[in-house]
Amino acid sequence: MNYLLLSSQFLTISLDLLVGFVETLKIFFVTLLISLPLGLLIAFGSMSKLKPLKWFCNTFVWIIRGTPLMLQLIIVYYGPGLIFGVGKGLSAYLSTFITFGINYACYFSEIYRGGIESISKGQYEAGKVLGLTKGQIFFKVILMQVVKRIIPPMSNEIITLVKDTSLARIITFYELIFFAQRYIKDGGLLWPLFYTAVYYLVFTALLTLLFRFIEKKLSYYKV
Amino acid sequence: MAYLDIKNFTKSFDKTEVLKGIDLSVEKGEVVSIIGSSGSGKTTLLRCINFLEMADGGEMLLDGEVLFNEQTKNEKDEVLRKKRLNFGLVFQSFNLFPQYSVYKNITLAPTVLLKDKIKKYKKSLNGISFKEKREKVKLFKETELKLIDEKCLALLETIGLTEKKDAYPCELSGGQCQRVAIARALALEPKILCFDEPTSALDPELTGEVLKVIKELKNKDRTMIIVTHEMGFAKNVSDKIVFMADGVIEEIGSPKKVLENPKSEKLKHFLQSVTNKDGE
Repeated sequence: MNYLLLSSQFLTISLDLLVGFVETLKIFFVTLLISLPLGLLIAFGSMSKLKPLKWFCNTFVWIIRGTPLMLQLIIVYYGPGLIFGVGKGLSAYLSTFITFGINYACYFSEIYRGGIESISKGQYEAGKVLGLTKGQIFFKVILMQVVKRIIPPMSNEIITLVKDTSLARIITFYELIFFAQRYIKDGGLLWPLFYTAVYYLVFTALLTLLFRFIEKKLSYYKV
Repeated sequence: MAYLDIKNFTKSFDKTEVLKGIDLSVEKGEVVSIIGSSGSGKTTLLRCINFLEMADGGEMLLDGEVLFNEQTKNEKDEVLRKKRLNFGLVFQSFNLFPQYSVYKNITLAPTVLLKDKIKKYKKSLNGISFKEKREKVKLFKETELKLIDEKCLALLETIGLTEKKDAYPCELSGGQCQRVAIARALALEPKILCFDEPTSALDPELTGEVLKVIKELKNKDRTMIIVTHEMGFAKNVSDKIVFMADGVIEEIGSPKKVLENPKSEKLKHFLQSVTNKDGE
């Protein structure tokens, strides 16, 4: 085989894997879109004065964080079909987005909760004596301080999400790893699978830079 | 009737009685210092006055208006919020907002509260066209914001931190932080300004600058209630000194009377321990 052929094969496979990577990115972004706000709701629930709501949220978080994501995917994808009959289940897309969204919301909720609870009572009281409402205190005084504190743990979790997307393959979501594995079956090529690491690495590198930039932006003040 | 009238204030945490029936009156323009050892209930009293804690019983009147009685406990947050605005509170630990500059710390609450004011103003405008209304509201908002800005600059001058306008709290010394906290409380023009041990978190060499600001406020006839451990300062600045012990007011009177001619054993003992500490 000459170099020209090799390099054209490399290019073709690279582009093909890029299509798979776009699918991976879909999981990544849709998950964040769902889990970032949902996590905040769960965090509020788990800090609520309403005992049943608090209990429910804590139990929910315990179950989701206490079981493998892969198992959750399988249950959400196959469960409805098993219970309500074949054909009543959700698509691979929908199952993946729902499961990932909920799973990550639970992890984020704990990070939010830790961040919110780490803000001193004095900040709330200062807002109170200045006549601000609870909402104004949260959005004008507390939130930015929480954001600064949770950036490091959040970036950790978000980088984990990049790699967790590969689990969706188990319920036939055709993402990057799935695309690469086809080359083993179809042509006995193993290297594309190894090569997928580059996509993950480049993307996580970009994320790392982004988070570092945000951290630097927020370093103009100390708590 | 006094300006601020507190009658029979009680407060318990679980089974511990912290306030056992406090009667206190403050005249307009008067400076009242509350002294006493820790655990005597003086901070709790201050927090009850500011509605940070809800007293269990008693009554509080300000300028003839009932601010607290038995029914207040069931009042909505909205009502309490309005009541709180009668008072300003300066905390021991400053509690400045770290993410905002000095200027924004002072102007934040007035700017946020302006929204309510604008709403009220909008409602008062009747019988004019939509366009006219919008123009008027815009003008109103601009004027109000300008007033807030001017007031903030004036306050910065009062506390002597004009050049620190754009600094962040983390760039200031403790004394400077506390001065900003005083300005922040004053920006809302409270009827009574309260201090909760304003110099206790400061290095000794920084207390002077804060006390100086408070003294200047006295000269401007501000009504103030100061919980403090600074005996010299209390003697100097107060019209009235309150000595609290075990949840009751043991002695009350002019600085001279309380500090130089203590009647109760507890106060004698307290003053002795304070002077001993100073002597070390």
